[in-house]
Amino acid sequence: MSHENPIPMTPIWEHEDTSRIPFWAYTDKDIHKQELEKLFYKKHWCYVGLEAEIPQPGDFKRTVIGERSVIMVRHEDNSIYVVENVCAHRGMRFCREKHGHVKSFTCPYHQWNYDLEGKLQGVPFRRGVKQDGKAKGGMPKDFKTSDHGLTKLLVATRGGVVFASFDHDVESFEDFLGPTMLSYFDRMFNGRKLTLLGYNKQRIPGNWKLMQENIKDPYHPGLLHTWFVTFGLWRADNRSELKMDEHFRHAAMISTRGSGGKDTQTTNVSSFKESMQLNDPSFLDVEVEPWWDGPTAVMMTLFPSVILQQQVNSVSTRHIQPNGHGSFDFVWTHFGYEDDTPDMTERRLRQANLFGPAGFVSADDGEVIEFSQQGFEQKPFHRSLAELGGKEIEETDHMVSETLIRGMYAYWRKVMGV
Amino acid sequence: MKADNYLKLTQFYQNYAAMVDQENWDAWLDMFSEDCVYKVQARENYERNLPMAALSLTSKGMLKDRIYGITETIFHDPYHQLHLVSSPLILSESDDGIIESQANYTVFRTKNNGIAEVYNVGRYLDHLRLTEQGIQIKSRLCIFDNEMILNSLIYPI
Repeated sequence: MSHENPIPMTPIWEHEDTSRIPFWAYTDKDIHKQELEKLFYKKHWCYVGLEAEIPQPGDFKRTVIGERSVIMVRHEDNSIYVVENVCAHRGMRFCREKHGHVKSFTCPYHQWNYDLEGKLQGVPFRRGVKQDGKAKGGMPKDFKTSDHGLTKLLVATRGGVVFASFDHDVESFEDFLGPTMLSYFDRMFNGRKLTLLGYNKQRIPGNWKLMQENIKDPYHPGLLHTWFVTFGLWRADNRSELKMDEHFRHAAMISTRGSGGKDTQTTNVSSFKESMQLNDPSFLDVEVEPWWDGPTAVMMTLFPSVILQQQVNSVSTRHIQPNGHGSFDFVWTHFGYEDDTPDMTERRLRQANLFGPAGFVSADDGEVIEFSQQGFEQKPFHRSLAELGGKEIEETDHMVSETLIRGMYAYWRKVMGV
Repeated sequence: MKADNYLKLTQFYQNYAAMVDQENWDAWLDMFSEDCVYKVQARENYERNLPMAALSLTSKGMLKDRIYGITETIFHDPYHQLHLVSSPLILSESDDGIIESQANYTVFRTKNNGIAEVYNVGRYLDHLRLTEQGIQIKSRLCIFDNEMILNSLIYPI
């Protein structure tokens, strides 16, 4: 961090451990391009959506992995394919609809047509045109449609959630998550069919990693999210755990309020400030669900692409979609379960007011990420500090630690080679 | 609709915009009935019949709680809003004074030291009650076109 040469030509991680994070990790354009290659396009499974978004054969949803546009589609045999949204002919991003229903995909430019697996089916004027009894033009004789399909991704589905990878040599999805994370994944996606409640989408002008860090940081909720504290949804001394996979890339923040049930601890709408009460307590009309099996909140960060949220009755996926080093789109997909009563659906919708771009407790997350990025950009030779709870990386039984952030950067350094 | 009622209606739409832009939250609350519904919802959700909304407030109590959050608990960059609201289109009018109407809106956002930017574009879909005392909102849906909310949405639209 010498001021004589404040911006290194080759980014070097100067600190001996990951309790200091250099700002160039958030501001360097080349680092960002390498992250896309090494974290989003190779060796990782990335989130693409829920099966409930494409219930019928021929249904599709357009989304992204990293900064590459892909299409998730349900085949006639009910299996799910993910193909890249780039025509094999002239590279056009042919699919413009966000979702829809098709029999096949056709690029409007030259009408190249692909089946739902992305195989090229037909090419107009392949044999040329006939003039004076002779065939003129067309594709060469050695042109094979089988050589020119859409880029097909490897797909993993589990519990109604769809992940894909450009890397066909990636480890299995189960190995990617590891046993601990898989157990929390299966808790939330336990085989019941999901129902789609809808989307909230926000563009956050900050580096995408800051959102992963935000959900690996249990230090801030009781301090930034005053609403949580005011209405008794968060206490730093709640029974809590911080868990990771063996590579420290994924994590779960697990916390349990009170003893569970519709008791004063869980649904207490009067705050420690005795005078503060919600005018309408239904914002916090929490009903304990059997599948929770204890924790009232489990926030999972699956590196690099998604956060899985259970905060009392509000369940959602939050998809991280980078666009450049200093901005990402954050797409929330809220869902429920097929056996939800209408009351439970209403409850999930009401509690969603706490989250998302307008949420009582997450509108401010987007704001602080924006201002962190501004700080990094103005002082790129500096570094941030993450040494709450020590400098080690370890699972904990409390929330007063930044160990998950240190863990993520230990993994990040290994993959990025810095 | 009688011409003087249409005048009241257009005044109501402009007054709503003025009260929100002035952050006069007491006046804003006064425009709603006790059992009101106020939603800010992406057009995508609305058109696909997906119930999720960025804000979904289903009582005046919830509106009051939202104002408390805005003024006391949510940390955010300070900003001003400026609304441009079209004249209303009457969709239906019942004998007991319930008006179904809509109006297009554009909201510009200006931050400290910043320049105005187009922040939210959409239309109000309203059920209003016309009484001797004035107009009250039974329900207001703000259906917005923006694919992405610019980071966060704090104030009502």
